[in-house]
Amino acid sequence: MLVPILKQGDYLIASIQSELSDADLLKLRDDLVRRVSEFRSRGVIVDVTVLDVMDSFATRTLRSMAHMIMLRGAETVIVGIQPEVAFSMVQLGLRLEGVTTALDLEEGLSLLDHKIKGDNGLG
Amino acid sequence: MKKKGTNQPSNEADTALRQELVEHFREKRELLRQQWVEQMTTKGLLAGLTREDIENESITIYDTCIVCLETGEYEGAQTYATRMAERGVLRGMTTEQIIGGILTLRDVYGRSLFEWYQQDMERLLAALDIYEPVANKILSIVALAFVEEREKIVRQQQEAIRELSTPVLQVRDQMLILPIIGVIDTHRARQLTEQLLRTIRTNRAKVVVIDITGVPAVDSKVANHLVQTVDASRLMGATVIVTGISPEIAQTLVTLGVDLSKMNTVGDLQGGIEEADQLLGYRAIRIDPASGSNHQEKKVQ
Repeated sequence: MLVPILKQGDYLIASIQSELSDADLLKLRDDLVRRVSEFRSRGVIVDVTVLDVMDSFATRTLRSMAHMIMLRGAETVIVGIQPEVAFSMVQLGLRLEGVTTALDLEEGLSLLDHKIKGDNGLG
Repeated sequence: MKKKGTNQPSNEADTALRQELVEHFREKRELLRQQWVEQMTTKGLLAGLTREDIENESITIYDTCIVCLETGEYEGAQTYATRMAERGVLRGMTTEQIIGGILTLRDVYGRSLFEWYQQDMERLLAALDIYEPVANKILSIVALAFVEEREKIVRQQQEAIRELSTPVLQVRDQMLILPIIGVIDTHRARQLTEQLLRTIRTNRAKVVVIDITGVPAVDSKVANHLVQTVDASRLMGATVIVTGISPEIAQTLVTLGVDLSKMNTVGDLQGGIEEADQLLGYRAIRIDPASGSNHQEKKVQ
């Protein structure tokens, strides 16, 4: 399943449309890391609203992706983690250390706006 | 004990004897019932019941038991026992009252059998073979109904307490407070976290203040739950501030070596709300009442 990557001004938005296999996830990571400097993007948003499960592989891939994108000079925000998913993640001890998270796409966009313009990142 | 079906030849005799017992109990109904009520009164098992109640209930129970003996079907007894347990528990009857009452009835029936058949030992034994399993079955039905009723009430109350014990309140746009009162166990912690996460989503909250002033004690498990709640909220894009950590709890946490470095803590609820205001860009301004304005909050931005 291909994940569409949309360019929106300074940001890239990857909106996951269905459950992804491990290979799909790796492809998404590679695509995003490549495109970041292609488009000279300052921020990346990954929307995981449709995911009902986040296993250790997905968590690790998202985390490493965020770190890679940071090295390429952009911020990453993961948005749309569902309450049930968040709860099972912490129960399984899966953490997204060093990765910014936001409630949904809208919040993620305003978070990036503030971060990149040097604001406090909230409100 | 004779079992139905395994002992074919005596089946007919069984039925006849069973019928005889039923006739006997029906005949002696008034006498035995009075004995029963008398004995229960002596034992103090009827406290809190009116005369009328006693009459009605005792007649129904007596007849229901005889029907069980006659037909070998216990559905009537089952239904009646459940209803009786419902009413009994509501009226605050004790286990002793209900079980004791049925036990007394069992004795009354038993005694009357002994009297009736005292000349014929063999027939008495045969009668007891029929009577005892029925009596035991009825007793267990009543006891189970009573216990089940109690358990039902306990479950309902637990549910009510749980619902009451996890209020997640919005105090400003994007700010929630979650005052925790009482002991946190695994189950409650789970429910608390789930409720908080749902509310974060519906209210689009950015900052959550968890106040644990009302938590009497914290152990490593509870601390772990707190850390999990904080992590899960962060995954939903909300910052958590923990307030109201008492000196004792602070000591326990440090002694236990719980990693609270990622946790944002503030002394009391007021401080927590002020901190949250700051994070969200609110500033509380006191306005002179003389100016007539009642807006005390203003968003800076």
